[in-house]
Amino acid sequence: MEHLINVNLKIWRQRGPKEKGAFATYRVENVSTGSSFLEMLDMLNQQLVEKGEEPVAFDSDCREGICGMCSLYINGHPHGPVQGITTCQLHMRKFKNEDVITIEPWRSAGFPVIRDLMVDRNAFDKIQQAGGYVSFNCGGAPDANATPISKEVADMAMDSATCIGCGACVAACKNGSAMLFVSAKVSQFALLPQGQVERARRARAMVAKMDELGFGNCTNTGACAAECPKSISLSNIARLNREYLCAKIKE
Amino acid sequence: MANEKELQGMIDSTPIMKDYADIESASLPEYQIDSKIPEGPVADKWTNYKAHQKLVNPANKRLLDIIVVGTGLAGASAASTLAEMGFNVLNFCIQDSPRRAHSIAAQGGINAAKNYQNDGDSVYRLFYDTVKGGDFRAREANVYRLAEVSNNIIDQCVQQGVPFAREYGGLLANRSFGGAQVSRTFYAKGQTGQQLLLGAYASLNRQIQKGKVKSYNRREMLDLVLIDGRARGIIVRNLINGEIERYAAHAVVLATGGYGRAFFLSTNAMGCNGSAAIQAFKKGAYLSNLAFTQIHPTCIPVHGEDQSKLTLMSESLRNDGRIWVPKKKEDAEAIRAGKKKPTDIPDEDRDFYLERRYPAFGNLCPRDIASRAAKERCDAGYGVGTGNAVYLDFKYAIARDGEKAIRDRYGNLFDMYQMISDDNPYETPMMIFPASHYTMGGIWVDYELQTSIKGLFAIGECNFSDHGGNRLGASALMQGLADGYFVLPYTMQNYLSDQIKVPHFSTDSKEFDEAEKGVRARIERLMNIKGTKSPDQLHKKLGHIMWEYVGMGRTLQGLVHAIAEIDKLHDEFYKDLRVVGRADDLNLELEKALRLEDFIVMAKMMAIDALHRNESCGAHFREEYQTADGEAARNDKDYMYVSCWKYTGEDKKPVLLKEKLEYTAIKVQTRNYKS
Repeated sequence: MEHLINVNLKIWRQRGPKEKGAFATYRVENVSTGSSFLEMLDMLNQQLVEKGEEPVAFDSDCREGICGMCSLYINGHPHGPVQGITTCQLHMRKFKNEDVITIEPWRSAGFPVIRDLMVDRNAFDKIQQAGGYVSFNCGGAPDANATPISKEVADMAMDSATCIGCGACVAACKNGSAMLFVSAKVSQFALLPQGQVERARRARAMVAKMDELGFGNCTNTGACAAECPKSISLSNIARLNREYLCAKIKE
Repeated sequence: MANEKELQGMIDSTPIMKDYADIESASLPEYQIDSKIPEGPVADKWTNYKAHQKLVNPANKRLLDIIVVGTGLAGASAASTLAEMGFNVLNFCIQDSPRRAHSIAAQGGINAAKNYQNDGDSVYRLFYDTVKGGDFRAREANVYRLAEVSNNIIDQCVQQGVPFAREYGGLLANRSFGGAQVSRTFYAKGQTGQQLLLGAYASLNRQIQKGKVKSYNRREMLDLVLIDGRARGIIVRNLINGEIERYAAHAVVLATGGYGRAFFLSTNAMGCNGSAAIQAFKKGAYLSNLAFTQIHPTCIPVHGEDQSKLTLMSESLRNDGRIWVPKKKEDAEAIRAGKKKPTDIPDEDRDFYLERRYPAFGNLCPRDIASRAAKERCDAGYGVGTGNAVYLDFKYAIARDGEKAIRDRYGNLFDMYQMISDDNPYETPMMIFPASHYTMGGIWVDYELQTSIKGLFAIGECNFSDHGGNRLGASALMQGLADGYFVLPYTMQNYLSDQIKVPHFSTDSKEFDEAEKGVRARIERLMNIKGTKSPDQLHKKLGHIMWEYVGMGRTLQGLVHAIAEIDKLHDEFYKDLRVVGRADDLNLELEKALRLEDFIVMAKMMAIDALHRNESCGAHFREEYQTADGEAARNDKDYMYVSCWKYTGEDKKPVLLKEKLEYTAIKVQTRNYKS
């Protein structure tokens, strides 16, 4: 059954991208273990507002694990200690009374801090803009059943497409690599017949943009896949490497 | 409670409405609104429209700018398609990326009349189900067009690389949803909204790359700018640095979603708001049918006061889950006290109340009916959990199809449920309860999706158009994408065809100056209240009022009381609000305060609309108007119209105008899901 706990928080506070940050400590009492982690932070912010202090800035929107807006490095793990979920799906029943919880923003050259726990993930949009699509105009598509796609392939493409673009993979990686994110999109299109025409160009363009934006190299440590809230598989990176090599050979 | 006669007297006397709205003008002449529905039989209207509408040639499209506010299914699809056609598009969102708009959270699927399952589906049947599901309060011509273009949407999305579920033969799979007797719902696991949105986002990205769409993230629209009576721009607040920015264009499209967070707790995202609609309202756009707010039957029940949002369990679960409560009150009491478990209750002591009351549709009856039936059982003392919950049980489906089949279909939803509730739905039934989910009402638009302000268009959930009194499952995605991909790009040209000589607008004009001044004054006012209550505290208060009196069951007294309470909250807001931080800076509290200020206006309009509609219809259930067996008693004689509320000034009564609804291709009847 749910009960109330008290927690002690060490939270990274930073005014802006160029300013120096530091940890601040806070205490939140009487948190229901049925509450979500972000609801616990809402309680903290309510306390701060009542004292006339500025609340801790953090991103969240859907609060059901799909929009990819929430982030947070909790006790050394992106999206917290439970695997396969986002921060907004983390519940306080995973913590014990009087636990000390350390909360940091994503730390990566690719994602500058905006304020406190909020970071700028615009680079992810730019990578998608470089080639994460099938080029055609609305209105020209053939009948949806004109091209059969085997269930296995469609399911694999769906698994890759499940990426929510939260950036946990980059935050988890000691090199700050965005390979898992890029490979998920490249894989989705490489698997599907609709993606074939632009297959080589897409892999080249997205990888080039990723490199240009300052993301690190992949050294196959696998931290990205282990921390991914949607369990995007490392096999996507293997596929991206093949795709990229083939694309380069074609060049 | 007044006796029946007194109550009838109160309901019949217009003076009550006169306290809140000016409905005099509504009676003379009776119907004043022209929705520009094309001539001809309903099946030919859209074809005829397209054949005769005005177009803009490719060279001229380059000269025209369009602002699209919002990047959900409607906004992203409209922005990308308009840009593909050659227009210059400026696209805004409040999130950090267009991909995060709340369409992403839609789970179950998208309807289309493909009839791939050979089960008797057709454009007409999808049209019929949608009008009937909406309880005959949707505009017939719009719904027919929606059904017509539904098939194009599926083609478009497959070509984008949307990985819809497929059969082993490689063709697309379908499932059924509430309110239909065919399988016409296309889906991508329990993440259909995500996949469709990422498809639209991909098309949008292609246009951003080409420079045809300029994308502005973390920007919130705070006012609409009119020049000579036409929508020509917007004022936005940059959410990163608090700067106020101006943008001009030849036309403005709102794709800003619904106002469901007026209830505070809802399945909407934290940032969802009704502010753009209120800004448009204050500039002359009508708000329509606001009382039609959908309370979704299958959400995870509320756990406590600190809760920030509610999580939906997809309607698709009703394909395989059976909904029940204990037949005996003592069993319900024992379960609530923790003395019995649901699995202790034998089948013969379970009341499968939807199957009992609605044998023909059973667990798949429409959302409004399923929600009310749950409330009815809980109010009668048969609820489980806290008393406000019913069971959704997969025991029977698992026995029939095996656990693996159920895991394949709903695995991610079951995991999500377990994460939140700490219960394993493979072993024990889920607990569910209705929650605010979608708003059928919204900004009034004509057949061309244009509002009552020239050059201002509204698409997707933020308009009122296609769902009438109640939206069927898997139809929101359909409508958002229909509007954005296949309707607005046509009708927009009809509007812009005579605008080609109008040069790009400068934002250095007195209209922009005034609008910006207004926005700054509004922000300053809120910052200077310096009271004691945070926006969230006040928003929760508003939510309680709305859920209690403007929720699933509404009464005349309750609504009158709600309006008084909202007025009190309005005063408290301006006296006791506290916004910490600065205005010219990133300030999450200020964002919430601005949205709440608009929600208070919206909430009152919702209550007024609910008060004026003296009938039960779709999701609007007035307890005074029900049949002997508890079904909605609709009043077609007096209320078969779209209510259109016109703003007349702060603290002034709104004026009610009416658009008459006529049905030529469908026989108006009482909704029946029993036989």
